[in-house]
Amino acid sequence: MADKNEILAGLAEIVNEETGVETSDVQLEKSFTEDLDIDSISMMTIVVNAEEKFGVTIPDEEVKNLTTVGEAVDFIANAS
Amino acid sequence: MVTLNTRPLQKFSKILGLGTARPDVVVTNDDVCEWIDSSDEWIRTRTGISTRHRADSETSAMDLAIAAARDALQRSAVPPEEIDGVIVSTISHPYATPSLAAKLAHEIGVSPAAAYDISAACAGYCYGVGQADALVRAGAARNVLVVGVEKLSDFIDNSERSISFLLGDGAGAVVVGPSEEAGIGPTVWGSDGSKWETINMTHSLLEVRNRDWISDPVREDEKVWPTLYQDGPTVFRWAAWEMAKVAQQALDEAGVSAEDLGAFVPHQANMRIIDQLVKTLKLPDHVVVGRDIADAGNTSAASVPLAARRLLDEHPELSGRLALQIGFGAGLVYAAQVVVLP
Repeated sequence: MADKNEILAGLAEIVNEETGVETSDVQLEKSFTEDLDIDSISMMTIVVNAEEKFGVTIPDEEVKNLTTVGEAVDFIANAS
Repeated sequence: MVTLNTRPLQKFSKILGLGTARPDVVVTNDDVCEWIDSSDEWIRTRTGISTRHRADSETSAMDLAIAAARDALQRSAVPPEEIDGVIVSTISHPYATPSLAAKLAHEIGVSPAAAYDISAACAGYCYGVGQADALVRAGAARNVLVVGVEKLSDFIDNSERSISFLLGDGAGAVVVGPSEEAGIGPTVWGSDGSKWETINMTHSLLEVRNRDWISDPVREDEKVWPTLYQDGPTVFRWAAWEMAKVAQQALDEAGVSAEDLGAFVPHQANMRIIDQLVKTLKLPDHVVVGRDIADAGNTSAASVPLAARRLLDEHPELSGRLALQIGFGAGLVYAAQVVVLP
């Protein structure tokens, strides 16, 4: 299982590259849509880049359940 | 035992002429915002669309197809009597049968050419070019007219937020005929019916017919007429990444690299899909990218030829150069090929 801090740091870089959101703002309790203002298309780009970076598969139907950064980190940690 | 005759094969085919028809009504983002809660800035940022062209109530898909077909015939300089096939891709011809193609063939004077419609949505034009290439090379037709035409405005609900605001009307047509050199590379095509629901109609016409309208009357704001919807994020992921693989395969099978291309003409679904495809395919800066969507919106089967025509008008030097074209959409279905631009 990958270290969750490493996953959070890696995910923050991906979010920053796609949206320009500061990496320090990408925190576990933050909602992708409500807090970070990430739209559904950017979210898909983040998901695809996360799959590549962490070597995991995140199905389309699962993306809808990943509302917070913490939920995404947990999913990646459990899938890797 | 008698040996059957077969027609002589042609080694190569190419696109001989490309025509288009753009309807007159320009729908702005501000117009759209009268129907849905949005803004010009939001729509531009999310989709890259500023306007879309739509046909008025007096103009049919047939009218658009006739105009584009006549334009293509004239540009190709192929006499009508030498057109042996007419393939029309459309999802907005309002008759299950007879086909739009049969009447189109009559209207433009190419009867008795074989004529049929195909249902391959936004991939339909590239499906048609692939079929025309095969028919010409197999000797089944001397020249084939391929038309992508849509009057999608007849099949949308302006108050719906997933797809309607993206869509426009239009038509594009090409004449495909024999060639001394390869003008159409191998078509890479396919389908993924596991995603059949991803872009679909709200309901079928049978549901309209079979409903008990006495006990179950029309509800307020309910749309009885079936209209289009999509699961945008799922479609985006499939289009922006899976289709890049298909496009790359079309390059590989044609034996060309991205460096060899003059133009990239993807289906005009969403500017962000186009941008991601360009990025994933690592297209060099010299490759001109079709971005007709900004003004024309997403016109499904018409979008690739409309974008190609615009590129040729704005960059005449692209004539004779290689273009990678790819269509993808409801089904889900896809097709890509490298062509020599006429």
